[in-house]
Amino acid sequence: MPRLRKPIPGVDPKLLIKDAAKLLPDPTRRLFLRGGASLGALAFLSGCDIIDGPSAEKALMHISYFNDRAQAWLFNPNRLAPTYPESAITRPFPFNAYYPISDVPEVDGADYALEVGGLVDDKKTWTLAELYALPEETQITRHICVEGWSAIGKWSGVRLAEFLRRVGADTRAKYVWFRCAEGYSTSIDMATALHPQTQMTFKFDGEILPAKYGFPMKVRIPTKLGFKNPKHVMEMAVINNWNPGYWEEQGYNWFSGS
Amino acid sequence: MTIEATRDSVVTEPKGFRSLPKHEPSAAPTIHPVWVRVTHWINAVAMLVMIGSGWEIYNASPLFPFTFPSSITLGGWLAGALLWHFAAMWVLAVNGLVYLLLGLLTGRFRRKLLPIRPGEVIADARAALGGRLAHDDLSVYNAVQKLLYLGVIISGIVIVASGLSIWKPVQLQELTALFGGYDTARFVHFFAMAAIVGFLVIHVVMAFVVPKSLRAMIIGR
Repeated sequence: MPRLRKPIPGVDPKLLIKDAAKLLPDPTRRLFLRGGASLGALAFLSGCDIIDGPSAEKALMHISYFNDRAQAWLFNPNRLAPTYPESAITRPFPFNAYYPISDVPEVDGADYALEVGGLVDDKKTWTLAELYALPEETQITRHICVEGWSAIGKWSGVRLAEFLRRVGADTRAKYVWFRCAEGYSTSIDMATALHPQTQMTFKFDGEILPAKYGFPMKVRIPTKLGFKNPKHVMEMAVINNWNPGYWEEQGYNWFSGS
Repeated sequence: MTIEATRDSVVTEPKGFRSLPKHEPSAAPTIHPVWVRVTHWINAVAMLVMIGSGWEIYNASPLFPFTFPSSITLGGWLAGALLWHFAAMWVLAVNGLVYLLLGLLTGRFRRKLLPIRPGEVIADARAALGGRLAHDDLSVYNAVQKLLYLGVIISGIVIVASGLSIWKPVQLQELTALFGGYDTARFVHFFAMAAIVGFLVIHVVMAFVVPKSLRAMIIGR
């Protein structure tokens, strides 16, 4: 089968691109339950339109919001994600996105200015030189994709909690929201934003973050699934209003904690 | 009142002889108490939803060189399947806990499933394959049934525990470590599914072979 993905990382990037294309939000998939004829549907619920109507979709989204609360309750702010030795790093680390590798956004580091907004005291923009000067930490942790595969990588940068402290963020706010160069966005709960391993990342494996892994800055969150780790971050905002994000609006669970 | 009294006197049994009261045919012995039947059917629906959506989730990152045809998966695509999976998991887990607690507290598991003797399993398996295994008394399980029912209960516990370890490999990292880490836990989860699906095939075939067993799981006798 040409579509086989190896169970253990070491993943062929070409196959990953195919998968990324497969995950492109297709208008026909917007109502994601339609056409989901199933074992369950056939055996028990056939003839019953609850299986694929908008009502089922709505009910499932409500359960997903309930699951957000359940996961927030389960989230221990002091619980660290397991860390690994250098020898465990997955090489090559897989490229994965909802676009092919040829469409990776190219951000010019010289002009880069991170915008910081919302409930913060200091809304000045940050150049790369200023960001690189912040206290650096390194983590070797497991990246887990919503698809199921995982890979271990090494990321370096500043704790998001430290950055939020420096810009005078109101940490009683509910969310931190991120906007990326190509229009991607996501948001996370404040408890996760303040977690000691949540990192504004500028390096991968000791080198300046390459474009395919999110140059100039990604946000590394080892307590959340991969799609909650935005790449090419251009703007962040501390907010209280619900602004879930790109994949979350397609139906992926918002909290998606590990 | 007088008619009732007369009837009672007519059906009086000889002393020492105990049988079912003839004027109350509904008092036939209950094979499956109501809690068994309710949890059984809730579990059946939850399991089918979990399996169908689980296959679609598997397809997003297959562990083996095959995928499940989308005609038999649930959810339409990964996000839809995940929504179904993480909704039905509550039903499966809560219902399963109620079933396990009642099974242990009422002594039903001990009475019905134990002991399982290897010699009896072999003898009953041979008889079953030769079509010679009787199913006269549905209230008593043969050794093969005992083994399969106990096996599927254990598979159910393993699939929930391994599922939790995949869902929360940071918050429940000790559990994930118990399964040999995140990637291994995915295989455990898959094989537990395979065991349950294998059981399901035999179970459904047997319900058709012995239809009164299906009736007993619906009306209790």
